[in-house]
Amino acid sequence: MSNEATLPPMSRLVEGLAPSGIRRFFDIAAQMPDVISLSVGEPDFVTPWSICEAAYESMKAGHTHYTSNSGTPEFRRAVGNHLKKLYGVSYGEDEIVATIGVSEGLDLAMRTLLDPGDEVIVPEPCFVSYTACISLAGGVPVSVETHAKDGFCVSVEPIERAWTKRTKAILIGFPSNPTGATMPREAMQGIVDFARRKNLYIVSDEIYDRLTYDSVHTCVPSLRGARERTILLNGFSKAYAMTGWRIGYACGPARIIEAMVKVHQYTIMSAPTTAQIAAVEALKSESDVRAMVTEYNQRRRFIVDGLNKIGLDCHMPQGAFYAFPSIERTGLTAEEFAERLLREEHVAVVPGNAFGAGGEGHIRCSYANSLEKIQIALQRMDNFVKKQRNASTRQTAAA
Amino acid sequence: MKHAEPDEILAILARDARTTPDTIATLTGRSVDDVRAAIADFERRGIIKRYKTIIDWEKAGVERVFAFIDVKVMPARDVGFDGVADRISRFPEVHSVWLISGGSDLRIIMEASDVREVGRFVAEKLSTIGGITGTDTHFLLKRYKEDQIPYMEAEDDRRLVVAP
Repeated sequence: MSNEATLPPMSRLVEGLAPSGIRRFFDIAAQMPDVISLSVGEPDFVTPWSICEAAYESMKAGHTHYTSNSGTPEFRRAVGNHLKKLYGVSYGEDEIVATIGVSEGLDLAMRTLLDPGDEVIVPEPCFVSYTACISLAGGVPVSVETHAKDGFCVSVEPIERAWTKRTKAILIGFPSNPTGATMPREAMQGIVDFARRKNLYIVSDEIYDRLTYDSVHTCVPSLRGARERTILLNGFSKAYAMTGWRIGYACGPARIIEAMVKVHQYTIMSAPTTAQIAAVEALKSESDVRAMVTEYNQRRRFIVDGLNKIGLDCHMPQGAFYAFPSIERTGLTAEEFAERLLREEHVAVVPGNAFGAGGEGHIRCSYANSLEKIQIALQRMDNFVKKQRNASTRQTAAA
Repeated sequence: MKHAEPDEILAILARDARTTPDTIATLTGRSVDDVRAAIADFERRGIIKRYKTIIDWEKAGVERVFAFIDVKVMPARDVGFDGVADRISRFPEVHSVWLISGGSDLRIIMEASDVREVGRFVAEKLSTIGGITGTDTHFLLKRYKEDQIPYMEAEDDRRLVVAP
């Protein structure tokens, strides 16, 4: 008899957690040498060299120790100045904590705000970690579905309908992964006003804030009455191509940040020192960000144009680096489409249902890839869709 | 809708001169006619000089020698350095002629089949031009990056195939 059988069950909460649907195809894709991946949620650019140099120099100079739990004063000051300059919101050093990416910030926020049974309203489709982090903190995610016809924006009415006496917070992430939706200022103000009326917290994941195209990013704490109840989460992964550095931050009123630091000090201690120094360097130059945004913008137009020509209806995403076309015309489910596209044409995309309610009938295509590869991927997708169409025509004819 | 600045078209063509007007139109959100007109205008005004290909000649097995020749010039009345620069520019083996700051006045980039050819050029053609008071020749040993293109072996995409 193996030892395993005699062990007591693990946490029911963790056992009950569904594994991220996003990684289901990982093993299949990893076997294919010629696979083109449109399923990657990170920039194809490498970290700008000046940032790497700053990190390298700091290590040579011996800056390899713990920092204060909240992060170095330089890091927090740099983040504070950055937010003030971009969005006019002011955060003091005691209102900012350096985190291991937005992922940790999200976990900290949920653990700090929620008691068992507290409900959090989440517009979906959304980033795969949102509902899991709420559940792990003992909370209950309450989904509000967004739709292609509204450009996947969320309005206040469904949020009002989702509200109960147990609602503690609203968790939003715009520009959105996976839909690329952004929120106009007035619409977001409506949600903030509702949160004020019902005395709710707002947790706003703004990791894609710098990747907006035809519109200006709405920074939630810059809205009327939002700052006092908002935890702003952001990081360096997307705009500065620093995913592997694992560095982000959370900002909010001192009382909330102090509570979050309490959790952070026991679980993390401090965010990586080298990454904090690199992040300070990243904020010094905006030219790399602008160059990346110009490039993403071109690819965005290219992929959306290509998808629509193939017959996969796609709204023009306003932010992030994802297109979220409908695949309903093919008659396949999102999972079937993604799996068969991968097996037959060696193109990896993520089925929309991995991102929760409203994601079925869509696939997420990341355009964080070279134009050449996007072009080949579109060609292969075109082959795939044509095969589907021919097959269904034959079926109809046979019937 | 806000039109992209014209230099976005130039940036796209500078990266890949074979990008078609159709594709440029898609990339920039402009109409194809608009893009064609802009390119024609750039060509007419000499902003686009020529469409060329970057070739790694060494990899292609073609042995070529590149030399950088820094030249000191006694500027001439009325034409300054331009007269000498113009005469040097006319030699077909000369790739580029630049007026530079620092210890020398002109920098020449020349291409030749071997070192001797460079020597002959300097001794027989360059130094006989009136106004040239000295030359300093350097040879290219290895290219690491040219026109934004790294010459080291390209690195693979190191990202996970699927990531949230």
